[in-house]
Amino acid sequence: MTVGVLALQGDFAEHLAMLSRLGVDTREVRKVGDLEGVDALIIPGGESTTIGKLMARYGLDAAIRARAQHGMPIYGTCAGLILLAQEIEGSNQPRLGLMDIAVVRNAFGRQIESFEADIPFAPTPDQPIRGVFIRAPIVSRVGAGVQVLSTFEDKIVAVQQGNLLATAFHPELTDDTRVHRYFLTLVK
Amino acid sequence: MTTHVSTHEQSNRYEVQKATWRTKVGLAEMLRGGVIMDVVNAEQAQIAEEAGAVAVMALERVPADIRREGGVARMSDPRMIEEIMHAVTIPVMAKCRIGHFAEAMILEALGVDFIDESEVLTPADEEHHVNKHAFKTPFVCGARDLGEALRRIGEGAAMIRTKGEAGTGNIVEAVRHMRAIMRDIRRIHSAPEDELMAIAKQLQAPYDLVVEIHQTGRLPVPNFSAGGIATPADAALMMWLGAEAVFVGSGVFKSSNPEKRARAIVDAVTYYREPEVLAEISKGLGEAMPSLDVRKLADEELMAVRGW
Repeated sequence: MTVGVLALQGDFAEHLAMLSRLGVDTREVRKVGDLEGVDALIIPGGESTTIGKLMARYGLDAAIRARAQHGMPIYGTCAGLILLAQEIEGSNQPRLGLMDIAVVRNAFGRQIESFEADIPFAPTPDQPIRGVFIRAPIVSRVGAGVQVLSTFEDKIVAVQQGNLLATAFHPELTDDTRVHRYFLTLVK
Repeated sequence: MTTHVSTHEQSNRYEVQKATWRTKVGLAEMLRGGVIMDVVNAEQAQIAEEAGAVAVMALERVPADIRREGGVARMSDPRMIEEIMHAVTIPVMAKCRIGHFAEAMILEALGVDFIDESEVLTPADEEHHVNKHAFKTPFVCGARDLGEALRRIGEGAAMIRTKGEAGTGNIVEAVRHMRAIMRDIRRIHSAPEDELMAIAKQLQAPYDLVVEIHQTGRLPVPNFSAGGIATPADAALMMWLGAEAVFVGSGVFKSSNPEKRARAIVDAVTYYREPEVLAEISKGLGEAMPSLDVRKLADEELMAVRGW
């Protein structure tokens, strides 16, 4: 199994390190050709406007959409969540638009409001996970096929729609591998 | 509008911790592989965001103008910073003078996302830097060598950038500083453990941070580059030398075609290992910013030497 990490901008190195710890082969994805032979893709945290523009300039948006529609699992963290959403409130920035959700960017405020908290994650019900939220978005609307996996103060912060997983927080900045291990169960 | 929350008990109590070291360094991690651009008004900020900047640095005068006009360079007008914060959705940084913690408190009250304690402004304290641990807002500081970088991290900086020589359009000092930092990181990483205290003494650096580099082989916080980047090739060079992102000061808006140059530098940081892409994006960018030979600057004109 080879898991690609979109490496246009953001904390892709943290995702690569976490996947390596789980014994998974990885690849940095910067061009359309890098997607060949990749079984799943992670879209890291970063600036969603920057990553979206670079995806569009280098044709990665169409290529990733096509692979996702053929079942390739994708996991997006923070900016990755925003890029997966069909609707970004108040913004027409480039996106993949694969998930039937709406998101609000910087929903908790500016950097000074960034925080950590233990939050539930439905696939691992025994123990909460450490949620690291950095200028984080929230999900403001979910469509019928979307499952809510985590909420924080009644705000939706983790969702899944079939082969697509997204979190507003950053498990890659912690030592807890459970969210990534859950994502790998989606890879056939 | 349907939302359903049924997968876990509603009675969860969350203990929230704000402004942790992890959230501060975390924002720096999120900026990696990106370009942070100096802007002097809302219109420039929007051009930068549209080009793909990961953040903007709000300031009244870019370093090239500070150099030309002289006088004391201070924190920018809070109203101007706020206008830029309202104009874009990406993070907004602003500069305070070295050691001027009152300016830093004002910037924190404004809610800027990162504070740059910057040698580009006139220093307010020639002995002490700001105690950055006392702030909720993360700080970035400049460094010329590893000792300086580790002293700033010891004071609480969540990001380091090379100083270079701001406002010159000349990459030579940024290269010198990045090579010096990376060389000493490699030296510490490969040194036997019993030599670490002597290295800490020589670098005038906190011992525990030297030990951390010995173990990890990298700086404890993201290591960016600034000071003299004027072209996509300059940005690519700094990425090859170990920068994890770049700051472009006067290089964008002092050039003849800011939109095109800004976009090209953004692309160059992502594709720095791809000469064919760099060749394509470097075509027809127009005139770069007016530049200076650092060797012809008088000692009192050098900004990089500010900082202790």
